[in-house]
Amino acid sequence: MQVSADQAKCCGCEEATEEQLLLQLDDVLKEYADLPGALIPVLQIAQAMFGYLPEPALKKIALALNKPYSEVAGVVGFYSFFTTVPRGKHLVRVCLGTACYVRGGKQVLAALKDALRIEVGETSSDRLFSLDVGRCFGACGLAPVIMIDDDVHQRVKPAQLAKILDQYRDNHAAGNGNGGSDE
Amino acid sequence: MPKLTINNIPVEVPEGTTILAASRQAGVKIPTLCYVEGLKAIGACRVCVVELEGARNLVASCSMPVAEGMKVLTNSRRVREARRAVVELLLSEHNGECQTCDRNEDCELQALAAELGIREISYSGERTRKRIDSSTPALMRDSGKCIKCRRCVSVCMETQNVGALFPQNRGFETVIGPAFNHDLNTVACVQCGQCAAVCPVGAITERDQIEEVWKALDKPDNHVIVQTAPAIRAALGECFGYAPGTLVTGKMVAALRRLGFRAVFDTNFAADLTILEEGTELLTRLKAALTGNGSHGAEDAKSLAAAGAAAHEDHAAPLPMFTSCSPGWIKFMEYYHPDMLANLSTCKSPQQMFGAIAKTYYAAKLNKKPEQIVVVSIMPCTAKKFECQRPEMDISGTRDVDIVLTTRELGKMIRAAGIDFQSLPDEEMDAPLGLSSGAADIFANTGGVMEAALRTAYEIVTGRELPAENLHVAPIEGLAGVKEASLKVEKVKPEWKFLEGATLNVAVAHGLSNAQRVIGAIRSGEKQYHFIEVMTCPGGCIGGGGQPRYTNNDVRQDRINAIYREDEGKKLRKSHDNPDVAKLYEEFLGRPLGEKSHELLHTKYTPRDRV
Ligand code: SF4
Ligand code: SF4
Ligand code: SF4
Ligand code: FES
Repeated sequence: MQVSADQAKCCGCEEATEEQLLLQLDDVLKEYADLPGALIPVLQIAQAMFGYLPEPALKKIALALNKPYSEVAGVVGFYSFFTTVPRGKHLVRVCLGTACYVRGGKQVLAALKDALRIEVGETSSDRLFSLDVGRCFGACGLAPVIMIDDDVHQRVKPAQLAKILDQYRDNHAAGNGNGGSDE
Repeated sequence: MPKLTINNIPVEVPEGTTILAASRQAGVKIPTLCYVEGLKAIGACRVCVVELEGARNLVASCSMPVAEGMKVLTNSRRVREARRAVVELLLSEHNGECQTCDRNEDCELQALAAELGIREISYSGERTRKRIDSSTPALMRDSGKCIKCRRCVSVCMETQNVGALFPQNRGFETVIGPAFNHDLNTVACVQCGQCAAVCPVGAITERDQIEEVWKALDKPDNHVIVQTAPAIRAALGECFGYAPGTLVTGKMVAALRRLGFRAVFDTNFAADLTILEEGTELLTRLKAALTGNGSHGAEDAKSLAAAGAAAHEDHAAPLPMFTSCSPGWIKFMEYYHPDMLANLSTCKSPQQMFGAIAKTYYAAKLNKKPEQIVVVSIMPCTAKKFECQRPEMDISGTRDVDIVLTTRELGKMIRAAGIDFQSLPDEEMDAPLGLSSGAADIFANTGGVMEAALRTAYEIVTGRELPAENLHVAPIEGLAGVKEASLKVEKVKPEWKFLEGATLNVAVAHGLSNAQRVIGAIRSGEKQYHFIEVMTCPGGCIGGGGQPRYTNNDVRQDRINAIYREDEGKKLRKSHDNPDVAKLYEEFLGRPLGEKSHELLHTKYTPRDRV
């Protein structure tokens, strides 16, 4: 069955709330309810709509397709393509390789958790940032290092973090996440 | 019919037969793990592999059909080595200690390792992660012991139409469990324990409450009494080496007395009571439907079908009426058909009726407060552990039933007490809650509650005995998934005039997927029934999730035969003839569906969210 991301993009209203998206999902589910083999295509559409698979969407899907919730969850867990964790607009990764670790990477990570109010693997409540850790980005001489999307930030000090993050906040409206390397 | 040889033994079997089934017919045993009789073979474990002459790869015999001229070898070196490899791999990942495991002695993995002569494990690797799920009143799950055979997945999906369990994640990370590997209480599990009944290992078991019973018995101030469900007497013997279908009623009573219970009572007594309440409820609903003595009467009073359709809209007491003895079924309705809860009989199950009566009527006779009495139930069922904890089951002012043990737990307790079961004498149940009719016995098997209800309702209405040979309603006996019968009601007593000439349509379903089929037919309008018996487990309570393992259809049939023997062996065959039940009404309850009955013996249901 063909899955189109178009179906998920309703009217270009990128800022649709999760409630609105759930209502749109109802329409999708109406179309697919009686089709055999609909589960995977519907999950793909839902993920394209929400950016991930939130629990309320999965429950709706289970009900509409008359599938046990455990089966729906099983299918989601089987394919690495599916994710149940929302992804932020920007992925912040903190290097915890040996060099970065001993030169303050740990403190940088702690400061980021504080600033974003999330743990590793989570996404900030404004959905702008997801936090992750990495093992060596190949810039040990300039440790500690963090990466935001494809940008490397070197010799980061906890005190600078607010400013660095703000660049991505400002750029967000322009749809341009390039903060650049600032050395 | 294809002809083939199995280990050089010629066999001829119908087209489509699997190699496994053909081998059994030839008297050749092939070990299996994931295969469950009656369910789709998934070919997942590869323990059942056999060699086909001329074929490169070994094949899974459980899912491979025979073909003309096949030469099957089930015991070649290649086969033996492949099986050993499979089982050694399972053992290398297995995270459990046999000495302290619930399944020690009836574990299929243990038995398989012994059968294959495995004395050491040539692989070493990571063990399966252990996570204990004790979130529900009925069941314990230990992921460390799970060998991922998926029997539980199949039974929960195919037999029970629930699908609470499913493989989560992938590869070595695969876990068999509820959505996102959360606890079982986060999904719509009905607590039937059929998963525990088919699990080959100790990965799903009932919550062990033996120690709680010992503790209650230890306290001298407690008056600890026990009730035994109808299905126990036909299965408990299996825990002590008796063949399935051996009746051990008398020895069971003797053993319970030796364990220290102050009185040994019978859930069957409450089953007779249930019939009086439920039979009266059915007649009341029929009357409302037929005489318009409800908000929507039928135009044509002669047509029970029309009455049924009209009564369905009458929310007070719609038809068809479903039985309500089986707590897994009740929970299933609460999850999946909350709009039909009014169709469930309001009668509590016999277990809960017993508890309510024991802690009021019986307590008063002893001059005791309900809190001084501890009611222990022996049930074939794990869902009964859930049922007794339902918040509304405290009409006596305390839990009406305190602790539920399964048949298997009782077997363990008797052994722990050093009681030599086989040499026990036969003893009788105690009065006043121990006497029961044959109609109560057959509550244990599919079709039994219906037959018991018909024996009483027909006689109430006509004054004559149910016109069935030996009081057995043949069409609703046996192991077919859905059974139907029609009963014409003629020459009724004057007060039941509205039923004259009516035909009562009844149906019986066991296993929740069969119940689901019946509901589907009712919803689509394809079928119209007045009264439907549903038992959660295949075969009824005799096949319950708490019965001795391993229960297959042969064992079910043996136990059912035993139950009918128990019924036929009694002078009392009908619930309304039970003199102690009559006395209970006289001294305490008044009349069926009366005010007191209503308060103590009837209940309400709770709609639940499916996800
Ligand atoms: S499940 Fe079987 S093999 Fe595993 S610990 Fe228990 S008895 Fe032993
Ligand atoms: S108890 Fe019954 S409903 Fe619950 S998981 Fe086991 S088989 Fe499924
Ligand atoms: S819990 Fe038991 S039945 Fe289910 S997959 Fe694991 S071992 Fe098999
Ligand atoms: S029993 Fe045949 S593959 Fe498991």
